[in-house]
Amino acid sequence: MGAGIAIVAARSGYNVVCYDTAEAPLAKTVKQTEGFFQKSVERGKMTEADRDAVLARFERTTDIVRLAACDLVIEAVFENLEVKRNLLAQLAAVCRPDTIFGSNTSTLSITEIASGCPNPERVVGMHFCLPAQLMKLVEMSPGILTSDAVFKAAWDWTLACGQIPVRTQDKPGFILNALLVPFNNDAIRAIEAGVADAKSIDTAIKVGLGYKMGPLELIDLIGLDTQVRLCEAFYPITLDPRAACPPLLRRMVAAGLLGRKSGRGFYNYDGNAMFGA
Amino acid sequence: MSHAIMTYAIQQQGDSRSFPAGDAFLTGATKDADVVLHLGAPFKADAGKKAVLVELNAECLAEHVDEADPSCKNVLGFARYRNGGDAPSKLIELVRLPVTDAAAIDAAKAVFEAAGFTVVVCADQPGRILDRLLRPKYNAALRFLDEGLATAQDMDTTCKLGLGYPDGPIERVMRGGLKHHHDVTRALFETYGTAAYAPPRLAVAAAKRGAR
Ligand SMILES: NC(=O)c1ccc[n+]([C@@H]2O[C@H](COP(=O)([O-])OP(=O)(O)OC[C@H]3O[C@@H](n4cnc5c(N)ncnc54)[C@H](O)[C@@H]3O)[C@@H](O)[C@H]2O)c1
Repeated sequence: MGAGIAIVAARSGYNVVCYDTAEAPLAKTVKQTEGFFQKSVERGKMTEADRDAVLARFERTTDIVRLAACDLVIEAVFENLEVKRNLLAQLAAVCRPDTIFGSNTSTLSITEIASGCPNPERVVGMHFCLPAQLMKLVEMSPGILTSDAVFKAAWDWTLACGQIPVRTQDKPGFILNALLVPFNNDAIRAIEAGVADAKSIDTAIKVGLGYKMGPLELIDLIGLDTQVRLCEAFYPITLDPRAACPPLLRRMVAAGLLGRKSGRGFYNYDGNAMFGA
Repeated sequence: MSHAIMTYAIQQQGDSRSFPAGDAFLTGATKDADVVLHLGAPFKADAGKKAVLVELNAECLAEHVDEADPSCKNVLGFARYRNGGDAPSKLIELVRLPVTDAAAIDAAKAVFEAAGFTVVVCADQPGRILDRLLRPKYNAALRFLDEGLATAQDMDTTCKLGLGYPDGPIERVMRGGLKHHHDVTRALFETYGTAAYAPPRLAVAAAKRGAR
């Protein structure tokens, strides 16, 4: 996710420092990033000279001190409150007092993450969508203590990057996951309740509403284990029964049916062919 | 899927949500047909037909027929999905009973698919597939609006850009009509009794005002 956000920034003319605790993930992002811009050249969207100029704007480091001169630091580290809080404390010690800290968290509270920072008014939620280099949406949320000036500066930065920001409160799942996670669970519960099979449910949604993908195809794509994790992140906070993990989902994960990545979820995947389960 | 050509007859009384006046499907009906569709007309069993189809609105098929009656093996319910006052979609939800024969399902599918519809089969449960799944989502979106989570436009933009939907939940439910949404979700709330179906403030207000 971090690599995609870095691409968004670099192609808009910003110098980018990619920081990770280990070399291996950094090396992987070099490959991904070079591959992405190479494709842009091959597709005629960019000249070779432009590609070289963009790639020259990237620096990669395992030394957090290299972030000292940054105006904006967007964290996309593990989805764990303690990891994020600790990182913000470290960043606060390294960066200027006016450096803005953005968090790409999907499920955690911006206010809680910001509490790791001595001056939490400079922390703002900036939730990109995967893959960030292709998806324009950024859900932006101020924490309770975020200053208006910080929110506005971060908002203007996403616009300058050609992204489309939307403003949302610091609530579990912001907009996208707050609507999507319970909806996907409802689709699983409809199967559990014997209303229809996965294919019929997906077809009804796609033909009836013009969606590109049905909810069960989407869960297969994001991973059934990921859907469980999303339920576990939201339900204990919201106590919304629709966000509670459906028993069928847990059973399928226990059986190793994780979706596309395991070859079977609500559908069977045989090479590229998809069959109704 | 290829099926034998099936002819269909229509018994109509009043307006049909699935096939409004002027709908091309109505003109394809014949007199003595393999399949008969009841659009608002009182249900009449006919064991001689390959299928007898009953148009459903918010109600279940079991409100028209006794689902334990073996003479109802060829009876199915159906509804063409329609977002409130929007034009009807190409989707037909075909409602089967525990006693329904596979041959009756095939006959019903053949009629609709020959007319260009996509058919999905579901059990006779309130809300079928789409109202069951969509009403709680619209209710959540309308409540989020009241709670100030985001503006209507930002919620719709999020769904369009983040999920590739052709429209967002607020614009969709508003376009379909809040009163219509209220009536559907209230009926589901009365049946299921779960908070997810409880009509949200904006829908209740629209219904009480007599708005669309
Ligand atoms: N994957 C998605 O679909 C998606 C979408 C939107 C947002 N997000 C959010 O983005 C964040 C990252 O998700 P991901 O899927 O890219 O995770 P990931 O596990 O693939 O990558 C996390 C990276 O963070 C690094 N890291 C961990 N601790 C660190 C630290 N203290 N300092 C520096 N680097 C550290 C890891 O080495 C790893 O390379 C999470 O908050 C997630 O919720 C993910």
